[in-house]
Amino acid sequence: MLIIAAVAPLSELLSFGDKGYLDELMWGAFATVEISFFAYLFGVCLGLLGAVGKLSGGRISRFLLDAYTTLFRAVPELVLIMLLYYAGTSGINDIGIAIGYGPVEMNGIVVAIFVLGIVQGAYHTEVLRAAIQAVPLGQTEAAKAYGMTPFTLFRRVTLPAMLPFAIPGLGNLWLNITKDSALVAVVGATELANATRVAAGGAKYYFTFYALAALIYLLISLLSNQFFLRLENRVRRGQPKLT
Amino acid sequence: MHWEWLANPEYQHLLLVGLYYTIVLLVTSVTIGFAMAIPIGLVQVTGPWPLRMLARGFCTFIRGTPLLIQLWLLYYGLGSLLPSIPWVRTSFMWPVLREGFYYAVLGLSLSVAGYQGEIMRGAFLGVPRGELEAARAFGMSGWKLTSRVWFPRAVLQVLPTLAGETISQLKSTPLAFTITVMDLMGARFKISSDTYIIYEPLILIALIYMALTFIITRAFDYAENLIPTRR
Repeated sequence: MLIIAAVAPLSELLSFGDKGYLDELMWGAFATVEISFFAYLFGVCLGLLGAVGKLSGGRISRFLLDAYTTLFRAVPELVLIMLLYYAGTSGINDIGIAIGYGPVEMNGIVVAIFVLGIVQGAYHTEVLRAAIQAVPLGQTEAAKAYGMTPFTLFRRVTLPAMLPFAIPGLGNLWLNITKDSALVAVVGATELANATRVAAGGAKYYFTFYALAALIYLLISLLSNQFFLRLENRVRRGQPKLT
Repeated sequence: MHWEWLANPEYQHLLLVGLYYTIVLLVTSVTIGFAMAIPIGLVQVTGPWPLRMLARGFCTFIRGTPLLIQLWLLYYGLGSLLPSIPWVRTSFMWPVLREGFYYAVLGLSLSVAGYQGEIMRGAFLGVPRGELEAARAFGMSGWKLTSRVWFPRAVLQVLPTLAGETISQLKSTPLAFTITVMDLMGARFKISSDTYIIYEPLILIALIYMALTFIITRAFDYAENLIPTRR
């Protein structure tokens, strides 16, 4: 009885247009993937810089990077996201006022991307650092002996040799960011979790809508899993199969 | 920087109660979750196929969806369906069923069970076959083999990952504030909305969370050293 009561009006609620909420949910899902993708990209860039800095930087840069990775991995993501979100938006506003532009209208999605990227960069730094360190020293030494410049060495030797070690960790981080992107709903960015909250509140079918959102997230996770499994097989080609 | 609000005994009390709730959430969810994770892991390795599929599906669902959505599904979703069943409102469980705290405990425990269940599956598989065969050769069977050899060896293997899982669980507890639990995050929210000070309370609870992380790391290091191992 309960299930029928919850499911009966679904066909109307889950349609496109004014009465239905399906278009809102799909836009939300799209925004979630968009935020996750760009934040992930930003995180990988920060992580690469951080890993190289930790492995070959001076004492000061190494200390700063250690502080970054320790701090950002010990404090809850929600707290960090709130701190950076409020600090970021009010900071940019202050700059806008200072240069006489006035308060800046902020795009919630852009702020969310930067905030999530900065938080994830700490995890990327550690994953990539460990992967680079796992590359046998003899390989990079051989490359140096051939006279490769540092950049060529990284592109031709270190990068392809470290990927098999890095891909599992990077895959986990991608799954984490698709889930962590839901946290920006708490500070008001519009993505799947927030779109669901609005839709559930409007339609008064809380259970159905949150279950639907959970299924969409699950679908994203399962598809991503397949992608990373294939990617891992690709970068490990020529190496013995893992049992 | 404005820290004068810290001198207010009302806010001190709020923060202490918040800290208490954060710790209670962490301890109960890790305990209940780990207790659930053991059968979930074991069933995935040796159970009959319906149970195995159920356990695997549970782990996939928990690990594939955001905790925030799981909590909202339980509190707003389940919480809004329950009162529509006639006898629920009059039952003795009603005071529990309308309290966000219990939904938070349930949600966080299920989350631990899902993540840890997957880890326990690997741990049960990772116990060397020879040790189990040796136990069988000694005439152990079924329950005795599981409780004396298989289970202790599996738990020993996951102890280092348990520390990391507990820390990531601590970092998940502030999500409970979105379903009305007054933990540290909830206390912060109350202080911020009373005083209009945003950063300082956030920075303070960030420091408290860091201190808790440090304590957990130390406690698990200590526990690991208590167990004699040969290297």
